[in-house]
Amino acid sequence: MIASLNAIVPMACVAAAGIAAMIAEAFTAPGERMPIAPLGIIGLAGAALAVGALWDHNASSFGVVAADNFGLFVTAILVVVGLLSLAISAPAIDREGLPRGEYYALMLFAIAGMILMATATDLIVIFLALEVLSIAVYVLTGIRRESAVGTEAAFKYFLLGSFASAFFLYGIAFTYGVTGSTHLDRIGSVIAAQALAPTPMTMLALGLLVVGFAFKVSAVPFHMWTPDAYEGAPSSVTGFMSTGVKAAAFAAFVRVFLSAFEPLRASWGAVLWPIAAATMIVGTVVGVAQTNVKRMLAYSSIAHGGYLLLALISGNDIAKGAVLFYLLTYALTNLGAFGVIVLLEDRDRPNDKVSDYAGLWNDHPALAALMTIFLLSLGGFPPMAGFIAKWYVFSAAVKAGYTWLAIIGVLTSVISVFFYLRIVVMMYMTPSGESMARFPAVPKLAGAALVLSALAIFYLGILPSRFIDLAAASISSIF
Amino acid sequence: MHFPILTSLIALPIAGALLLLFVPDDEHGDGTVRAVALVVSLLVFAETLLLWYHFNAASAEFQFVERHDWIPAFGISYFIGVDGISLLLVVLTGFLTPIALLGSWESVHKRTKAFAMFVLLLEAAMIGVFVSLDLFLFYVFWDAMLIPMYFLIGIWGYDRRIYAAIKFLLYTMAGSVLMLLAILGLAYMHSVATGSYTFDLLQLYEMSIPAKTQVWFFLAFALAFAIKVPLFPFHTWLPDAHVEAPTAGSVILAGVLLKMGTYGLVRFAFPLFPAAAQLFAPILATLAVVGIIYGALVAMVQPDMKKLVAYSSVSHLGFVVLGICAMNMQGVQGAVYQMLNHGVSTGGLFLIVGMLSDRRHTRLISEYGGLKKVTPHLVAAFLIITLSSIGLPGLNGFVGEFLILLGAFRWNPKMAAFAATGVILSAAYMLWMFQRVNYGPVTNEKNARLVDLRTREWFVIVPIIAMAILMGILPNIFLKPIGPSVQRMLNQVQQGSAPARIEARR
Repeated sequence: MIASLNAIVPMACVAAAGIAAMIAEAFTAPGERMPIAPLGIIGLAGAALAVGALWDHNASSFGVVAADNFGLFVTAILVVVGLLSLAISAPAIDREGLPRGEYYALMLFAIAGMILMATATDLIVIFLALEVLSIAVYVLTGIRRESAVGTEAAFKYFLLGSFASAFFLYGIAFTYGVTGSTHLDRIGSVIAAQALAPTPMTMLALGLLVVGFAFKVSAVPFHMWTPDAYEGAPSSVTGFMSTGVKAAAFAAFVRVFLSAFEPLRASWGAVLWPIAAATMIVGTVVGVAQTNVKRMLAYSSIAHGGYLLLALISGNDIAKGAVLFYLLTYALTNLGAFGVIVLLEDRDRPNDKVSDYAGLWNDHPALAALMTIFLLSLGGFPPMAGFIAKWYVFSAAVKAGYTWLAIIGVLTSVISVFFYLRIVVMMYMTPSGESMARFPAVPKLAGAALVLSALAIFYLGILPSRFIDLAAASISSIF
Repeated sequence: MHFPILTSLIALPIAGALLLLFVPDDEHGDGTVRAVALVVSLLVFAETLLLWYHFNAASAEFQFVERHDWIPAFGISYFIGVDGISLLLVVLTGFLTPIALLGSWESVHKRTKAFAMFVLLLEAAMIGVFVSLDLFLFYVFWDAMLIPMYFLIGIWGYDRRIYAAIKFLLYTMAGSVLMLLAILGLAYMHSVATGSYTFDLLQLYEMSIPAKTQVWFFLAFALAFAIKVPLFPFHTWLPDAHVEAPTAGSVILAGVLLKMGTYGLVRFAFPLFPAAAQLFAPILATLAVVGIIYGALVAMVQPDMKKLVAYSSVSHLGFVVLGICAMNMQGVQGAVYQMLNHGVSTGGLFLIVGMLSDRRHTRLISEYGGLKKVTPHLVAAFLIITLSSIGLPGLNGFVGEFLILLGAFRWNPKMAAFAATGVILSAAYMLWMFQRVNYGPVTNEKNARLVDLRTREWFVIVPIIAMAILMGILPNIFLKPIGPSVQRMLNQVQQGSAPARIEARR
């Protein structure tokens, strides 16, 4: 009986930390400072230990949550996302005066939802997880209650996200109608049986699920909410959701489409092909025109979603490993970049225009160097991890015969370099003129977290073999 | 197990750069920074000479080979080695880096530490490109090299440096990403044929690729290399990058980076895809000849010395590509030799222009005149390097151009005839520039009290001149190790293209 709970231990650790954070907040007298972040760190550390203990055990709980290596790998990524997010949140909370307990509790609940989403094997549970994480993230987006931009962003995100959830739910309903089950294994066997002649109903179900997922991974043309939400949310939250939500949504996307709906790959591949191409192109081309760093990184994150879609479409063994490696790299890199943004924010000015970064090299050489590492990694330069990740995805695409999509991928990544470099140009090559922003001092914990992620990026870029093998081993467990 | 000399050549500059991290970045630290950087780069140069000393010139095989698994799941290994073609390019890199560092001691005032670090990192990446025998490793170095160069141009360059830096980076990258896909395609083809991935160049040489696929792969590789060379009409990034780069950047850019394009053609594009190479050689050669003449004509009308030298590079590199396309012993050997020559003489020209521009803060030819009376030593050095650049017998340029034209003539006399006009034109634009800058009366007062060569500058320019003379008088020292490797590469291309050609005819 107890053993059947094993698979939910990682999620339970994080959720318990979230509840503890709420209680701690409730028992804190006004004005008293309660160290809540350490609760989160304990919870995440517990989840990490559980991942280690469950590795290779293929545990499953209630028949709907499977702690297979694939889910555990994504869980590990989410733990990293959580730890880095906590580290960069502390300075943001202090500066903006955000409600500490709520903030941490919501973030931990969101991570619990993400972990559940990555390990769920039943569409209903995936939906449940999606709602848990989405609602927490909606609130986090609007947690700066006095900020009009933040409220607007949260509202937009909520409205469009609800549409997406509705689509997703319809998709589940139709899938149930066709297959008589919401469990992925059952769906898979029914679909496999009728693979040669899929009914219109099956295609409708598939289409609705695609729309639901496409919203969550902000694929074009369902990306409209992304720039506004990313810009309006506090930067620490943006960093969190741009990596965590993406990792969880892609994990479920891969699990549903490459296991249950694998027999119909030709059909959904044809639908996702233009979506992936448009996502890469729109993300990079529109990114070039941005003058706000957070908006720019929002479009960059759309484009990175496009590369992940490219891997998903390719669908071979390399591609599945590539998704995992890419999500890990992207989490470290993007959270690193948002960490730098958080550290450069000031109480009275956001310092998030590209031009605000002018001359950063003179004021904060270390932060400028870190930002450069993160940006170059996002752009896919060796010896940073971003290069290996992109190379991994493109080799999957070449192997699967999606040469044109791969060509679009490499060319858009050249375009994306252009806007990443605009920030580098500002930091290193433009003298800090009148617009020179006054940057606050760097808190130690957040600084250390950023240095660690930069080192990890170099490690994954120079000696990726260990993690490539791990990713490959993770996917062999379920597909 | 011998000493991993090639790895140490890559690691030493990186270690030097990391060491510099701990030197304070202020007025007091500058001297230490310069000393450390110079010592490290001199050590690297000494080590490249050691490499040459231990190199068996009679063998065509790759030597000092090191191989370690890197990403075994994809058959990627850390696989390095040198043959006669890459050996001297490594030595050239080792030779030019300390000179470039020394040559910019006065023009780089701000951020000396970062400057020295980027130069050293660049050196490591350049050596890495030349010694990689694994396509993945090669691509990593090839791309990694762009970043330090981008910063060198963008931070320490002249007025339009940011534009030039971004243009340089995007142009080169746009060309090379398609090559990345072709590399992946090759590895995938190998896995289909044999069941395992590999990026090992030597194994991929053995693979037979259908002629039609070769065409696509060759085009992807050739585009990357043509942009790097740069071959007409892909050259437009070069004048901007050269003119805006600081002296050290220009020296390394012209001296080493451009050679990576031609080296890539010899090492990768031609032997990997021999049938396609045979097909496209006339087209490449035509572009090269157009580049020779076009570059020369445009150079002639430049008011800016640095721009003139930049366009002369387009012209000179055209010769190298022509020699490679000829695909015979003289042509390719001459091409490799000319790569070295161009590094020495164009590097020298950029150093001289840098010295003048340090003194007068202008590079316009019209601002000068009559320097011969004011700075006789500098002008003498200028003269020798100019003559070496235009190919005066007895100096290095002559040997390379002569061999290339000989090879080209055996292959296609018309091409050779057109290319030969480039020799005449180069004499015209170089000597005309030299005359306007150095002869006649001193027309501009500011030139009247210019300082002649300083001690540091003697150390910069004398090695270049010595090398130019040595390579002109004793070319065999350099040609000897090149020969066998070129022969092996030619055999590869001929064997590889023979069956494919029959197939295409059918």
